[in-house]
Amino acid sequence: MAAVVPRKPLTFWERLYLPAIWAGFKVTLRHFFRRKVTMQYPEERWVVPEGYRGAPYLVRDQDGRTKCVSCQLCEFVCPPRAIKITPPGPEVDPTTGNVEKRPREFEINMLRCIFCGYCQEVCPEEAIFLMQDYSLTGTRREEMIYNLDKLLALGGVHQDRIQKWKQKQREAPAQEVCPPVAGAAPH
Amino acid sequence: MSTVPSPAPNSSPTPALGWTPPPRPTGAAAPAIPAPPAVDTLTVTVNGRPVTVPRLTPDWQGKPAPTTMLQACAAAGVSVPHYCYHHRLPVAGNCRMCLVEYGTPALGPDRQPLKNPDGSLVIQKSPRPAIACATPVTPGMAIDTDTPGVRAMREGVLEFLLINHPLDCPICDQAGECKLQEYSVEYGRAASRFVETKVHKPKQVDLGPRIMLDDERCILCTRCIRFTRDLVGDDALGIVHRGSYSTLAAYPGRAFDNNYTLNTVDLCPVGALTSKDFRFRMRVWFLKETKSLCTSCGTGCNVLIGSRENVLYRYTPRENDAVNRSWLCDFGRLNYKWIGRADRLRQVRVRGEPATWTRALAELAERLRAIPAGHAAILASARLANEELFLLRKLAQHLGAETDIVPRHGEGDRFLVHPDKNPNTTGARVLGLAAAPPGANLPRFAERLRAGQLTALLVFGEDPLKHGFDPETLQRAELLVVSDLLPNGAAELAHFVLPGCAHAEKRGTFTNAHGRVQRFFKALEPPGDARPETEWLGELWERLTGERASTSPERLFRQLAEEVPAFRGLTWAALGDTGQDLPDGPPPPER
Repeated sequence: MAAVVPRKPLTFWERLYLPAIWAGFKVTLRHFFRRKVTMQYPEERWVVPEGYRGAPYLVRDQDGRTKCVSCQLCEFVCPPRAIKITPPGPEVDPTTGNVEKRPREFEINMLRCIFCGYCQEVCPEEAIFLMQDYSLTGTRREEMIYNLDKLLALGGVHQDRIQKWKQKQREAPAQEVCPPVAGAAPH
Repeated sequence: MSTVPSPAPNSSPTPALGWTPPPRPTGAAAPAIPAPPAVDTLTVTVNGRPVTVPRLTPDWQGKPAPTTMLQACAAAGVSVPHYCYHHRLPVAGNCRMCLVEYGTPALGPDRQPLKNPDGSLVIQKSPRPAIACATPVTPGMAIDTDTPGVRAMREGVLEFLLINHPLDCPICDQAGECKLQEYSVEYGRAASRFVETKVHKPKQVDLGPRIMLDDERCILCTRCIRFTRDLVGDDALGIVHRGSYSTLAAYPGRAFDNNYTLNTVDLCPVGALTSKDFRFRMRVWFLKETKSLCTSCGTGCNVLIGSRENVLYRYTPRENDAVNRSWLCDFGRLNYKWIGRADRLRQVRVRGEPATWTRALAELAERLRAIPAGHAAILASARLANEELFLLRKLAQHLGAETDIVPRHGEGDRFLVHPDKNPNTTGARVLGLAAAPPGANLPRFAERLRAGQLTALLVFGEDPLKHGFDPETLQRAELLVVSDLLPNGAAELAHFVLPGCAHAEKRGTFTNAHGRVQRFFKALEPPGDARPETEWLGELWERLTGERASTSPERLFRQLAEEVPAFRGLTWAALGDTGQDLPDGPPPPER
């Protein structure tokens, strides 16, 4: 059973109406002289805090090598299945230098991406990072599927401490002479 | 570490766990050994649990050999980690991963086993561990696999194996099915203690036409060497250099190119040997595994199809002692690419015009009804499943049509490859669709077509133009029906083109050359309009006769077993994963 709550009749002061209007204007007037809080988006932009999880992009190392090795762990872990990687296949790509494996194609469907950061967390090569872009726009759905080139261009350079492929290049001469020639100094 | 007393309240050697010896491998490479008349057993204790095992177990050749501790552990349900041991290969005992602690019954001065007050045997622990894969069990032996000592040994062995192993798991194709990775999770250290420079061995070594070797990843278990030397008989691989520079290599100047090289990729417990075909194409954990059969020859090797999102990536052998054991030939393994070809037939066509199945089958039934008995011929294929051939047999009987198949012969070998290159010649023969010998009717069909005695020719899965028919002859047929997977010349001339399915796109059974009926399952969706042959053949039968026909392979197989004497007693369910032999064996060869 619904209980009937009788409405309290307005007092004479309330029925005058103008005092309430005046009270409202007072609030407006007060804010008129305060510091502005409204941001003129998109002309004005918000300062994105450190550690913010925006859109995931791929990075290169200092020498311009693609860090992603197409292990597909991000594809595996991605909850909305936004990532699709095409592995390189058995043919050796001579243009990649000593990079043994890199993705032939890497697509992130930004319409599906939920910016959860699992891809960054799972990546064993530190090749994908959630960057600060939070407002991705496009006029067509296909535009929102970012491919390898676009992701690499947006991701930029990661200051990599390990530089795996550079290290491998240093080790490569040792592989050429295995086992070391007798009498040669051990490396 | 105390000795493990036998917890059996009564010391009588009653079996604690039923254990039956694995079926002996049969086939060309392993001669049949007569089974020992009565199984002589002994009881050992594994982690305190008594288990009764036979004294002798078939070894890799099927010959009786003393049962090893590893086999006893397996019988007790205890898995012992190992790399070099493989039940189909000779024992090498070089990886040391299967080290276990053990003890034997202590003997008194009278050479009789000493007993504890509770009647259990007094175990005298061995001062050193032993490798479980190569140490035979003795009566009363106590094996311990879960002591801190065993764990420490496994950790130690693994640390040694990982010294020069690269941290390549994100790149390595083996990741996900790598024993080294698995045991590293269980027994590995989080951080390496190795401060010296790692030995860098050659990478991306081109070992043969189908194999790429990464020597850095190799743990020198020699499984590949033993396989190719002892099973294939091609002594192509070996280890060169010494110590930490030991390197797997092919014999200088010789390519590792026998027809069984890709089995070494399966055998390799790490990612050292990789298939050039599968390399870097897909991570293994994405692959859906479907039980299927290889269709490249009459052997009918059992395979697992690895597919993802309707793309077939690889075949891997599936164990079947009666057929292929654990192996697969390279030709069969790589003969899958036609399934995903872009030019597969995907459109039902009636006289060249695209049509729907309903319209095409209705019209075809009408046309077939108008054909007088004896004026039709069915050219079936021995690449069709038993169930499809059974429906074709019914169709042939209804139409009074003559039938035949296209025989395919090639080179065979003593290991797996059969000279008959059709997967189901035996099925076609016992179902009466093949002429004697198969293919004998083909010239007669052409003759009768030319003479105008044959008005309808129904072709399933074959291109008659490649088998003695010329286009003019085919054009003489009033009704030419072609069902195939790939475009062929006859399909261009056909009045009805009905796209069929590859074996990976449907379910069914094949009867291999030795008379073994085996099932295969669906891994992929057929392209376009293509439908499994059983479905539309059943529908055609219904339209032709008004009689309901079952279209599911299970029901068809049941009917087949009821109606065809050669299949009597077989059921779809009882075929299981490894199949069953025809009750009377395969029909005698006729050639």
